[in-house]
Amino acid sequence: MIKKIITSRDFILFAIIVFGVVVVGIANPFFVKPSSLSDVLTDTSILIILALSQMLVILIRAIDLSVASNLALSGMLISLLSTIYPELPVIFFILLSCSIGTFLGVLNGVSIAILKVPFIVTTLGTLSIYRGLIYFVSDGKQVYSSEFSEDFLALIHYKFLSLSFLFWIAVAVFILMYILLNHTRFGRNLYSLGGNPDAAKYIGINENKYIILAYSLSGFFAGLCGYLWVARYSVASTQIAIGFELTVISACVVGGISVMGGVGTVIGCTLGALLIGFIRNALPAVDISQFWQLAISGAIILIAIIINTKTEQRKEKTIMVE
Amino acid sequence: MMKNLIPDNPPFKLINILYKKEFILFMVFLSIIIINSNISPYFLDLYNLIDSTFLFSEKAIIALSMTFVIIARQIDLSVASIIAVSSCVLGYTTSVGFDTYLVISFTLLSGILCGAFNGLIITRFAIPSIIVTIGTMSLFRGLAYSFLEDQYYNKFPKFVVSLGSDYLFGYIPYAFLTFIIMSLIFAFILHRTIIGKRIYSIGNNPDSAQYTGIDVDRYTFILFTLNGLFSAVAAIFLSGRLSSVRPNIAFGWELEIITMVVLGGVYIYGGSGSILGVVISIFILGMLSFGLGLLNVPGVGIIIFTGLLLILSIGFPSFVKYFRSKNE
Repeated sequence: MIKKIITSRDFILFAIIVFGVVVVGIANPFFVKPSSLSDVLTDTSILIILALSQMLVILIRAIDLSVASNLALSGMLISLLSTIYPELPVIFFILLSCSIGTFLGVLNGVSIAILKVPFIVTTLGTLSIYRGLIYFVSDGKQVYSSEFSEDFLALIHYKFLSLSFLFWIAVAVFILMYILLNHTRFGRNLYSLGGNPDAAKYIGINENKYIILAYSLSGFFAGLCGYLWVARYSVASTQIAIGFELTVISACVVGGISVMGGVGTVIGCTLGALLIGFIRNALPAVDISQFWQLAISGAIILIAIIINTKTEQRKEKTIMVE
Repeated sequence: MMKNLIPDNPPFKLINILYKKEFILFMVFLSIIIINSNISPYFLDLYNLIDSTFLFSEKAIIALSMTFVIIARQIDLSVASIIAVSSCVLGYTTSVGFDTYLVISFTLLSGILCGAFNGLIITRFAIPSIIVTIGTMSLFRGLAYSFLEDQYYNKFPKFVVSLGSDYLFGYIPYAFLTFIIMSLIFAFILHRTIIGKRIYSIGNNPDSAQYTGIDVDRYTFILFTLNGLFSAVAAIFLSGRLSSVRPNIAFGWELEIITMVVLGGVYIYGGSGSILGVVISIFILGMLSFGLGLLNVPGVGIIIFTGLLLILSIGFPSFVKYFRSKNE
């Protein structure tokens, strides 16, 4: 039993993170102060939320490349609205951002499930359409921190047990996803659709319905992160989160979510996001130029995917028995 | 006598041409030209049209080799990042003071190496090309960033600059000329040789292709290497034309190149498509963005339009089918 836990992928990931924190802590003691570690967690929260929602899509053998553009568009729309109607309650903006995101996600899902446009074409297309629409609605201008109402930004600075609001949202999403994927029919059906689409169709799972649902959930959380991102960095511009979809996908891949579908756990995905978040924060702490970040995340995707494929070929982590 | 048992090609009939994808694309192309020339008096000007080819020739060169990759059921998202790497190599080798021919060889070599790296990982570890090239897309771009940081190159050999901005006989830009010659060669290889037939059969069914004795891995590897090589060729033309290389050069081009290929009727999951279709779609997109540019539509409008065109062109047939089946 203990041996099984120690050799499990999730445990190894966890060990790598702990080991990394210790090594960086020795090189730069400031990094392991509780306040900096809590900053790392805050910084990684958005990544965790997006990685978990991307996981739903990857489980059914697809990818959603449009999440970052979706996030930026929802964030920009609510920011523009908040400058016009600053008196509206912040919960309204959050719900609006989520609905915009869901709508954009449904568009993806409908295009893939009903119009039968391959997911890669659809999400590459909407990646640029949504990004282009931001320029369109904002005229290329930025919304600065001074233009937001105080309420709009206050929520994000609220702390509980000295951990940020942002982190607790990520915890809530984690619990939600854990229950959704492990204890509901929806989750089991996603796994079986990814594991073997033909067999899943024969036992009566409506593939189109699940494709649209997975993409709308991915859109919903992208919309949520749209608010979180804008409120955290108190700026909305055409450039926010550009290229972030690659970081999200690399978090999933590092977390052991198989791009062949049907394989992966919520805990693994979260640990993958934490590892990526840790690396992004640790690089400046050990004096590595930020220009290396992109190359390093690319290398991490490749290494992780090679390791994944090797373990998959040994059929260790298949959840559905075929 | 066993004559005319099953003809290789169906007998030629004029009416069949009307149902071809290429014919529909050509009609779209003609209507764009007619609309554009009605809207703007500057459109049908020989010099303007010639200069407009600068906007798409570099992408078109990569689109041709991308056609091979997509027909063989693969995809390469890293092409724009390979341009960034090759342009950096071009700038660096020039700044070190190498001869022109050495500079060009090193640039082409860098493209070949990047492409071969893609091909090696895809074939060696049997990983889907989409995820590998998502990885190398940020790896290669990241290498360009970590090498150049916030600097840029603006000195290139005279030969490279003239390749990027001069005309043959004063009329035909070199990049456009390269694209036309390449499309003839690629069409010949794809449609008239055994290599082309094999690429189609790999795309239709890689497993059965393997059983018939085609070395699928070798073909895949070579196709990705070629894609890297032609990305480097495009990088030479592009750097020569811009006379300035930053790490974000050609950002987002992979989307536009894939749009060119897919709009040209190449099936994204492999096995069908033609060079003629891709060439027509390159002209459609080129004339479209040229026309929209004349109308002062900003680049962002063109991006939105391209994305919509991509999704609708693939989705429209299934859309029609879906509504027909609903009505029955």
